[in-house]
Amino acid sequence: MEFLIQQILAGLAAGGIYASLGLALVMIYRATHLINFAQGEMATFSTYIALKLIRAGLPYWAAFVVTVIVSFALGVTIERVIVRPVERAPHLTVVIVLVGIMIVFNSMSGWLFGTTLEMFPSPFASSALLENRLISPHAAGSIIVVFAVLGVVHAFFRYTPIGLAMRAAAQNETSSRLAGIRVGWMLALGWGLAAAIGSVAGMMVAPTVYLDPNMMAGILLYAFAGALLGGIESPMGAVLGGFIVGVAENLIGTYVIGPELKLSAALILIIGILIVRPAGLFGVTYAVKV
Amino acid sequence: MAPLLEVKGLRARYGITQVLHGMDFSVEEGSVTTILGANGAGKTTTLRAICGLVKTAGSMRFGTTDIQGRQTEDVVRLGIAHVPDGRGTLTRLTVEENLRVGAYTRKDKVAVREDLARIYEFFPRLKERIRQQAGTLSGGEQQMLAVSRALMLRPRLLLLDEPSFGLAPMVVQDLFRIFRQINEESQVSILLVEQNAALALKFAKFAYLVETGRIVLAGPSDVVAADPSVRKVYLGY
Amino acid sequence: MGAASRGLVSRYTQISNINIVFASLVALSACVLPSILSDYWIFQCTMVMVYSIALLGLNLLTGYNGQISLGHGAFYAIGAYATAILAERMGVPYVVAIIFSAGICLVVGYLFGLPALRLEGLYLALATFALALAVPQLLRYKGIEDWTGGSGGLLVTKPAPPTWVNLDSDRWLYFVTLGFLIIAFLAVRNLLIGPMGRAIVAIRDNPLAAEALGVDAARTKSVTFGISACLAGLAGSLGALAVQYVAPDTFSLSLSLTFLIGIVVGGLASISGAIFGAIFVEFLPDIADQLSKSASAAIYGAVLIAIAYSMPTGVAGALAGLRRWRRK
Repeated sequence: MEFLIQQILAGLAAGGIYASLGLALVMIYRATHLINFAQGEMATFSTYIALKLIRAGLPYWAAFVVTVIVSFALGVTIERVIVRPVERAPHLTVVIVLVGIMIVFNSMSGWLFGTTLEMFPSPFASSALLENRLISPHAAGSIIVVFAVLGVVHAFFRYTPIGLAMRAAAQNETSSRLAGIRVGWMLALGWGLAAAIGSVAGMMVAPTVYLDPNMMAGILLYAFAGALLGGIESPMGAVLGGFIVGVAENLIGTYVIGPELKLSAALILIIGILIVRPAGLFGVTYAVKV
Repeated sequence: MAPLLEVKGLRARYGITQVLHGMDFSVEEGSVTTILGANGAGKTTTLRAICGLVKTAGSMRFGTTDIQGRQTEDVVRLGIAHVPDGRGTLTRLTVEENLRVGAYTRKDKVAVREDLARIYEFFPRLKERIRQQAGTLSGGEQQMLAVSRALMLRPRLLLLDEPSFGLAPMVVQDLFRIFRQINEESQVSILLVEQNAALALKFAKFAYLVETGRIVLAGPSDVVAADPSVRKVYLGY
Repeated sequence: MGAASRGLVSRYTQISNINIVFASLVALSACVLPSILSDYWIFQCTMVMVYSIALLGLNLLTGYNGQISLGHGAFYAIGAYATAILAERMGVPYVVAIIFSAGICLVVGYLFGLPALRLEGLYLALATFALALAVPQLLRYKGIEDWTGGSGGLLVTKPAPPTWVNLDSDRWLYFVTLGFLIIAFLAVRNLLIGPMGRAIVAIRDNPLAAEALGVDAARTKSVTFGISACLAGLAGSLGALAVQYVAPDTFSLSLSLTFLIGIVVGGLASISGAIFGAIFVEFLPDIADQLSKSASAAIYGAVLIAIAYSMPTGVAGALAGLRRWRRK
């Protein structure tokens, strides 16, 4: 029984990462109807920045905060400079640009920091507070951080005027402009926030999988699966979906198939969802007028 | 006194299709002016042109500012509120959130709270549904919400695009009574676009008639209403 | 036939004639090359042809049929591994292995296309993205290691030329690949000119109108998927023989992305574009490497983005535009 609980908790820790990335994906999707394939690579790049700062002598949490801020700025810049011009272009052009961004980030990670595996420190590893039998201190800490981030983001959107403006801009551009909301900047803000959330996810997952430029591809896939499961229009759904995928992946990987076929399982899950219930568990199906 | 809104030679197009071919009209401060015309004449486009939602050429002056070619977000900040046809409800936000969006550009928090209270007085139905998702409201309620959202801007000029569309006559009466109240009590100038000519001519002081992107008739409402061609085509007698 | 349609037909055959002449010239020069090029360049040219076949397949799916695939590297891998296993482990003659592998990919592609055809645009891209990530992991799976060689992969022997041909194995493979390339090009061209081709393009341009006009969109899309996968698999088979090695790591997501880049650069909805794209894909990474050892991929990505902005119709489209401009 205790083993089962350990596996579930480990699944929650992984699920928290998928939930965070999934939230980032959903935020961008809701605002611009784009699936940001580059989200994972941007998160990896941010994690490398954090590592550089830590190696330069900055205490962990200071590096953490600086990384989040820098990632935010990076996200805003990318949206304004690279994505904005093609936001309304045909899907293929957009996919190409996003793929291009993905490649650039992936190679920049390798170029600036080298391609050997790096150890990324965890601020929780030696924490006496988090010692327990059921779950590693880092996993426990990671769950706490993820929940904190999700809580802050939720509060931001619910209770602040800018959060409200961003939600409005994502739903109805014309009405928002008529209320004086600068929709373009709201979209940029969305990308910035998504990048910031992604950087947190990266810093939380790096200690467990070692940092290398290709760290995030599989994780991104799970985040996608979670977001689709919960409904790609629903932030709450994406978060829930991420946790479900995390726990399921861990349980299935431990009890059913080995860890080696997990990506195939994710593939099948994604295709299955897209066919059976494309709106996900919490999404709403829209009828499109022909 | 110079008109609050003065438009000369307004041309507008969607892509390569020219829809307005040089319109001249104005709105006096504190008045209710209406633009009438059949479907497709260009009435809605005119309102959208004022707000910068379509590509325009010509001259548009609001107060002392030239607004032609400006971004919608900037035009709105000058005090022009547009209630679009179709209402433009932010369906996934609650009623109160819709109203707060309307007040986005305002910095005076106390006055915003006062305005909210006044809106709820005007429209008790909205007050009952404060936390309800706006998309679940009835047509009439969404119209009230759209108008309220515009009013939260504390505009000097209110642009109304076919507010009576799809609403029951009783609801329309209520709505226009409230428009009258807003115009008289708060000195909000109104530019009304309506297909329901009889209603518009009763409500407005000044009227313009648009046909295929051009103004073909202009004058005080009673004069326009008495015009024989108007009576035949738009008033049915 | 009225005068107008006669004019149209004659113009069409005119363009056709120019294309045939041009294509024949290119094919002829391709035949001459092996005698003047070094072994290294023979290999490069063979790979360009291999990629051309793959890009032809992807272009059929994405350029002409409008279905975005981020996963064609997976089909390339399946073809490569199938040939490797058939030829090395089971001793099947290589031509048979190639054809069989292409056939396997045709079936797998069609089967993948069946559920996937319900997905549009970005969702399909997502599903194929998942495919691209899953297949390499599958290839590493210890359960089938006996066949696939696991992470270490398999060595493949280059086929020996028949005794009556006076060429070394490199040059023989070059001509074999050229032969398959010509067949593939002709097949795709004929497909596109015919009624199926019109259905394919109609689905891309206006799926609803196409359905209303009686096109069976579901079947057409799945078949197109199958054919494009078949071509990718064919390319993979030939590639495996050229490189003489298959391993999971060489068929990662970046291969699928490379293919996508290739058709965008070469030109969407263009047959000749496949060749331009293949040249870009084969040579640019090396050029970028020489410019800057470590930032080569960044340069690659930046070039990609620049091209998406400035030349949305790719090199082939730009050339066609140039021809039109000069005709004026």
